Amino acid sequence: MDTTPPPFFNRGPAPLVRLTFFGLLAVLLMVLDARFQYTEPLRQVIALVAYPLQQAALAPVRVARATFDYFTSKSALEREIDELRARHLQVAKDLVTLEALAAENAQLRRLMEAREKWQRKSTLAEILYAGRDPFARRVVIDKGSSHGVRPGLAVIDELGVVGQVTRVHPMLSEVTLITDKNQAIPVQVVRNGLRAVAFGSGDGETLDLRFMAANADVQNGDLLVTSGIDGTYPQGLPVARVARIERDAAYVFAKISLVPAAGTDRYRHVLVLSQDSLLPPPPPEAETDKDRPSKMKRPRVRRDA
Amino acid sequence: MSVQFDNRSQRILRPVKPGFIAVTILVALVLNMLPWRNIAGIPDWVALALVFWCVREPRRIGIGLAWLLGIVMDAANGALFGQHALAYSALAFASIALSRRMLWFPLWPQAVHVLVLLLASQLLMLAVRLFTGAAFPGFLYFAGSVIAAALWPLVTIVLLIPQTLPDSMDENRPI
Repeated sequence: MDTTPPPFFNRGPAPLVRLTFFGLLAVLLMVLDARFQYTEPLRQVIALVAYPLQQAALAPVRVARATFDYFTSKSALEREIDELRARHLQVAKDLVTLEALAAENAQLRRLMEAREKWQRKSTLAEILYAGRDPFARRVVIDKGSSHGVRPGLAVIDELGVVGQVTRVHPMLSEVTLITDKNQAIPVQVVRNGLRAVAFGSGDGETLDLRFMAANADVQNGDLLVTSGIDGTYPQGLPVARVARIERDAAYVFAKISLVPAAGTDRYRHVLVLSQDSLLPPPPPEAETDKDRPSKMKRPRVRRDA
Repeated sequence: MSVQFDNRSQRILRPVKPGFIAVTILVALVLNMLPWRNIAGIPDWVALALVFWCVREPRRIGIGLAWLLGIVMDAANGALFGQHALAYSALAFASIALSRRMLWFPLWPQAVHVLVLLLASQLLMLAVRLFTGAAFPGFLYFAGSVIAAALWPLVTIVLLIPQTLPDSMDENRPI
């Protein structure tokens, strides 16, 4: 007896077959994304299609923000103006010294016939919202590739480094905060020039200074600034302060917790630093093994500039 | 005529309009793209809509659409590409497999089924992300599923309104 159903009951492949097919397709995409980053063009196209939806979703937020700003009370504005004036005075004093120092520095560099290492241009961007991926610490800013933002640029606020641009869309970019677990930033202790690499700790609020020997000269309250040896972050931007040090003889490395200097969760406006001139390209053999730790430990070339 | 939202009801629902399914899924997408998704306890609306339509209309809504929605969510969220696609495909599969059973229960037991489904899909995403080296986001990550399951009766009532309303009111005709 023929047991096959008549064609009008035909429902296509069985659900398990479909699940296997689409599941494997998803796994393939994940491998391509996580290991090889091949999926960016596809992601860009889909993000472009989803852009109107995102804008539609953002519209009420924009309206709410505008309304809130409009009804900010007069006293709050006056207080803010006073604060800004005070800070302006303070900064103006610093600026005068800075200009003098910059001029002096430029003259010294000319004397040394050394070229300018950084020519920085910055773009002011507004944080639209915190990233919706609960597994990563990201924010989305309102400047994208059409404004000249490129992946890899450093993002700062008035207090220090906020993070790094990791993905760029035409009108938006994603900034990975320095508190993200996979985000590393080369730093230097201001007090003694000791170099290290800070990683996000994953809890979203602190950073870890990993791979520091248990007897390393790091103290509570030490300020860490970018060391600039990576060619990504300009030198000397405040990154974090040492908050807690645990030196356990059972471990080779000390456990050092840092609190970020920048208001990574607080501010609405950030600066994206564009870099026109980079460090000289790395030697070819370094390209195959960019992240090896020996690179961080090479002898210091010069003292703090 | 009381409306019952399970198979024990004697009422026959009107057929669903494909346009209505599309609109609800689009609304769910927009809700998911609101900048509130990083607040703990906000449900994954797309997953909820997907479970609903997979349970109610397993012949129209299936794993392929779930995969596509997942890809859109991945691109829009900046998540690992394929993470939501995998989770939503598995979610759609499990919902279709459970659809014949679930609808014999009253609404709250249905919600318990939904809770298990949503938690399982979140666990799948968690496993994938932990495997690729992300940090554990904390147990509040699962709060969204609990809230989504708690909303299940309300969602069922609201989304079935077009199928329970008659074309024209008639006192002598029950539907």
